Amino acid sequence: MTSLATRPRASKRVIILGALSAIAVATARLYAADGARLMLVGRGDIRLKDLAQDLLTRGASLALTVDMDLEQGAKDAPRYLSTWREDLGGIDHVLLFYGALGDDLRAREDMAALQSLLSINFTSAACWCAASGSLLGSQNAGSLVAVSSVAGDRGRQSNFVYGAAKGGLALFVQGLAHALAPTGARAVALKPGFVDTPMTAHLPKSGPLWASPEAIASAVRRAADHGGPIQYAPTIWRSIMLAIRLVPSGLFHKTKL
Amino acid sequence: MLAAPPEFRPDDTIRSWGRVVRSRHRLARPFFRDQIAALARTLRAEDPGLAVGLLRSYGDSNLNPDGRLIAMGGLDRILEFNRETGLFRAEAGLSLSQCLRVLVPAGWFLPTTPGSRFVTLGGAVANDVHGKNHHSAGSFGNSVIRIALRRTDGAFIELKPDNPLFTATIGGLGLTGIIEWVEFQAEPITSSSLDAQDLPFSNVSDYFELAADHHARFEHTMAWIDCLSSGASLGRGIFSGANWSKQGPLSVHDEAPRYAMPIEAPAGVLNPLTVRAYNQLRYSLKSTNRRPYQAHYGSFLYPLDGIAHWNRLYGRAGFFQYQCVIPAPSAKPATIDLLKRIVRSGEASFLAVLKDFGPIAPRGLLSFPMEGTTLALDFPNRGERTLRLLADLDAIVLSAGGRLYPAKDGRISAEMFQAGFPNWSRFKDLVDPGLSSALWRRVSVPSLPESTP
Repeated sequence: MTSLATRPRASKRVIILGALSAIAVATARLYAADGARLMLVGRGDIRLKDLAQDLLTRGASLALTVDMDLEQGAKDAPRYLSTWREDLGGIDHVLLFYGALGDDLRAREDMAALQSLLSINFTSAACWCAASGSLLGSQNAGSLVAVSSVAGDRGRQSNFVYGAAKGGLALFVQGLAHALAPTGARAVALKPGFVDTPMTAHLPKSGPLWASPEAIASAVRRAADHGGPIQYAPTIWRSIMLAIRLVPSGLFHKTKL
Repeated sequence: MLAAPPEFRPDDTIRSWGRVVRSRHRLARPFFRDQIAALARTLRAEDPGLAVGLLRSYGDSNLNPDGRLIAMGGLDRILEFNRETGLFRAEAGLSLSQCLRVLVPAGWFLPTTPGSRFVTLGGAVANDVHGKNHHSAGSFGNSVIRIALRRTDGAFIELKPDNPLFTATIGGLGLTGIIEWVEFQAEPITSSSLDAQDLPFSNVSDYFELAADHHARFEHTMAWIDCLSSGASLGRGIFSGANWSKQGPLSVHDEAPRYAMPIEAPAGVLNPLTVRAYNQLRYSLKSTNRRPYQAHYGSFLYPLDGIAHWNRLYGRAGFFQYQCVIPAPSAKPATIDLLKRIVRSGEASFLAVLKDFGPIAPRGLLSFPMEGTTLALDFPNRGERTLRLLADLDAIVLSAGGRLYPAKDGRISAEMFQAGFPNWSRFKDLVDPGLSSALWRRVSVPSLPESTP
């Protein structure tokens, strides 16, 4: 039995970018149960306020909301982050969840759609990561976890626009982790496999590889505390993606993956 | 994703808990309340839908084959919890299990709970669920303060007990509208453990004496019976009673099940032989030890939640659950008749539970509980043979003035349903035309008039 009332754990200060995503909600609830102070950033004021109330009821000691388009706001990321740091009284973790699967086929024909998909999943996310890295590095502590995807490990005909953006984000965060190493701050790109969320509602969900948002949330929290710059969730995906990367292209090109 | 409501997508994996019906649905999975309004407006009488939770109802009250379902699990936010007064309000998709994670550490508990915590608040209202403390707390609806309902014409109504739609929605099987949130009064507890005692009884007549003697002593009671024993031991079993401990830690249950059935069992694993052996063992072990003991609520109130997918024990064909209630005056003779018929069939019921309901009247037009005795049994689905047995049981229940629990049912006739729930025609007028279920289509047809002289 676990007693949530009596478990002592330092009250963390966490910024959650894309707070209304299913994985973000599950992660926020983990931190809330420990009494964390949370900054919830996403789109939709009522939805955010509902979520904040839910997290306060579940034990969060503070849950503030910011209704904003994170893609649009990215260029002012440093300014936002330092404001939020003041609001929370410090920052222990920045967790980046937002992204869009988009329509890969359309994005290959429609250049505006292509730019938009890359901007949501890579360009703007890289801005938030860079700004978070500077801030965490300057305080010599704390961690950034950005949710990438196994789709970023090998370009495949089915979703290489999304994959390129998420793969690029993982490389960016890996480099950031390298740069932060001397400071004690950390950065992690977390690569989930298939997750049963609204983003994947259109995909059939048979098979053992589908994970729940709650399972990924636990991996996010672990990644925020320790481990290397690239992590897979569940960890089996490290082996799966290694195998997929090793398939020679002559053979790979015969598949429909 | 933000603006458009979630789409209905084909899904052929939806099963009710009994797993008898294999059918195809179109399923939508909303995550926010603002999406419910948009989804509700797409439902209409020609292509109705039904909001469903964790699919723990056994039969077909939660199915809408070849039609639409709205899976409410994504709406699981707690909207309000007053730690001083125990007032709790949350979205309909929140599970009782998640409610407990917040209630228990603060010294509160659900007003009543079924034998599984994997039930949503919406489902608890729509089936007016009952628990081991029925004789002291009534059913779930007795503690509900407000319900927010979204009708498919777009109307949003906050229901209070004086509204006719409130009484229709309590136990209303999700047919009066989509339940968006539920507000209820929690029960204070001083410990997360119960002081319990098991008392054996050597036949069903002794059960009725034992239950009458011990009801006032215990807030929670139920009895397990061995429904394979016959003759002088017909309906022998173990009566369990418990009260909340006066003091102790307020610790939450373990969320993860301890065991799991990974796959469907081969046909016939649960047969009279294995069940007889199990029953003998259980009766012998429990009947020799009458010492009071302390049990955490997780094991006392939710023993089966420790085994994930236990319904797979019944194999691919699935199983029927049969739960009836017999009004107090005829409870004893009718229960004896039911048990005799079951023993004669040789059909092994692995789980057989007896419980006396108290006098607190339920609020719903279709609420199941009434003062008397309820008997719940599982029967593996062996086709016609099983259906014939259940029809015989129906006849006994009907002539004793009893009725069946819709949450468990997947087969009774319109006549049986309408006789058991005389308020059904009032209920019918309050049903949302955009909502329907397999059960409702089966039981709401005009039943045949009595044969004329």
